[in-house]
Amino acid sequence: MELKEKLLASFMAFENQVDMDSPVHDIRSEAIRNFEEKGFPHRKMEAWKYTSLAPLQKVDFSLFPKEDSTLDYREVKQYFLHEIDTYKIVFIDGIYSSYLSETTHDGVDICLMSSALTKPMYRPIIDVYFNKIASREESLTTLNTAFTREGAYIYIPKNKAPRKPVEILHLSTGNEASLMLQPRNLIIAEENAELQVIERHQSLTTNEVLTNSVTEIFAGKDAIIDYYKVQTDHSTASLIDNTYIDQKTNSQVSVHTFSFGGKLTRNNLNFFQDGNHMNSILKGVTILGDKQHVDHHTLVHHQQPNCESHQDYKGIFGDQSTGVFNGKIIVDKIAQKTNAFQQNNNLLISDRASVNTKPQLEIFADDVKCSHGCTIGQLDQEALFYLRSRGIGKKEASALLMYAFANNVLESVRIPELKGRINRLIAEKLGVHLGFDL
Amino acid sequence: MLKIKNLYAGIDNKKILKGINLEVNPGEVHAIMGPNGSGKSTLASVIAGKEEFDVTRGKILFEGEDIDELSPEERAHKGIFLSFQYPVEIPGVSVTNFMKTAINETRKAQGLQEMPANQMLKLIREKAELLEIDRKFLSRSLNEGFSGGEKKRNEIFQMAMLQPKLGILDETDSGLDIDALRIVANGVNRLRSEENAFVVITHYQRLLDYIIPDFVHVMHDGKIVKSGDKELALELEEKGYDWIKQEAVL
Repeated sequence: MELKEKLLASFMAFENQVDMDSPVHDIRSEAIRNFEEKGFPHRKMEAWKYTSLAPLQKVDFSLFPKEDSTLDYREVKQYFLHEIDTYKIVFIDGIYSSYLSETTHDGVDICLMSSALTKPMYRPIIDVYFNKIASREESLTTLNTAFTREGAYIYIPKNKAPRKPVEILHLSTGNEASLMLQPRNLIIAEENAELQVIERHQSLTTNEVLTNSVTEIFAGKDAIIDYYKVQTDHSTASLIDNTYIDQKTNSQVSVHTFSFGGKLTRNNLNFFQDGNHMNSILKGVTILGDKQHVDHHTLVHHQQPNCESHQDYKGIFGDQSTGVFNGKIIVDKIAQKTNAFQQNNNLLISDRASVNTKPQLEIFADDVKCSHGCTIGQLDQEALFYLRSRGIGKKEASALLMYAFANNVLESVRIPELKGRINRLIAEKLGVHLGFDL
Repeated sequence: MLKIKNLYAGIDNKKILKGINLEVNPGEVHAIMGPNGSGKSTLASVIAGKEEFDVTRGKILFEGEDIDELSPEERAHKGIFLSFQYPVEIPGVSVTNFMKTAINETRKAQGLQEMPANQMLKLIREKAELLEIDRKFLSRSLNEGFSGGEKKRNEIFQMAMLQPKLGILDETDSGLDIDALRIVANGVNRLRSEENAFVVITHYQRLLDYIIPDFVHVMHDGKIVKSGDKELALELEEKGYDWIKQEAVL
């Protein structure tokens, strides 16, 4: 049975497990109908021209894993940002792990989607925010909506900021030969609230995993949210990340995506600017080898005047890896004085690697500043000679240059320990040991 | 130390060096002058091992060894240093970290242990002082946003750190104001010893007022067409390069 049929067939059983009386029931039903009609996206669709999901649909994924997987903290410590104290929302094979997690209800809610969806006290918030910006048309998003059960729920009320960053960690044990996960996150920072989130998906074996994740993020007036996605999974793990962000006046939201791993990764990152004087920051570093594939599809929709967006994606592609960057900017007619900046630079370090990059600007206002640039090139030979003439070997010199190339994306990471971790991951990915921490 | 014998080199079928002969002994300073396009910078790059250039004839011997097959880093490990005319910017890598890497990579190649951190710091402090470099400067990203003078001073600082046997200065004076020129030249002079040697490539005589050369060579069209002592540099300054060109034709 192909994956679509399997998902449709299991939907009834899934609904019976969860609360049928929940108001979310109608949303789920509508969503599964949409998915049934549309099915998985395919390469004849412009947005999926370079990324094929066909091979994944032939895998016999387990949809509902056994619920008894446990892990010792020491086994997974390395996947946490353990250098500092953090709140943790941890899932093992999609099931919440209370003993690996550290949640809170102390002035802010950092807890579980399953609680938020079922407990009456959260009902008013769910009614206002849940599935409000996630697409009701895009089929993978609706597939996730249909199977919404678990994920991270973060609610930061007005003027509050949690004491420490929040880590959302999805671990898969490999107890199933192949596993499909569909986490659903809802993150809300009300007026003048502040939040830092680190999200990571990690499989512990090389058994196949497919994650179709949806995250809705709401940034209220004057809110500040920094979101970091660390994508360093095994080359048997595929991730489709659908993130939707709604911003209000004066808010600032940044999303950094570090894609160094995985088999197939698709990032659909969507910003909707619904207010004035706000800033949206989208940054990414992609470093791939083997036959890895990463596809970044970004959308920034400027709906109001006087707002900014900054996109800066750097990619380094080796071996037979492939990359895609598609950056769409829409500036509505009333969104005058928009300042939208987009940059995508790529280094190909192998003859067999490839990258497709495409800016897509739809500008309906006449008084805007929009700039975009994309480059595909190779390592600067003069720079390489410079470093080698100082006694630094070719491999290390190349790594330093690649690091320098990606560096300005790292500069805006505001958690120093995370920046250090990313630097070490980069050094590891580039296969070098330098005399200092990058 | 350095013996260049009848060296021919070029790039993409374009001949640039057309029979260079040069011998540099320990303790000597050689100046190479000449008009633009005469091949001065190419000579510097070829000695340092830039792979884009093809050596088609002749030899470069360094301490008696033919270095034609050696990579740029291997040449650096043997004690050849090139101060670049246009140093490259490396964002995110501080001057200090860059020097640590360069020194330890060189030591590794020479079969030595990494330099202990305190010794490294001491060396950095000492050499920074020599070049009148502020400590804040050392934590900045290598060459990024440096002024022309800062870049050149940084090149000589690197040379002081790496303590090469042969230092090649490729137009280190270009773009320097008189104060920076004095600092750079003073740095070079303080590094001079009986064991090392320098090849100073310059378009102008000005630098040679501060770094007094033992020999002056004039390049034209890929060849050394005239050699002399420091008086030759003054003569060139006065008369320009045209008479050399005419002489070369004759």
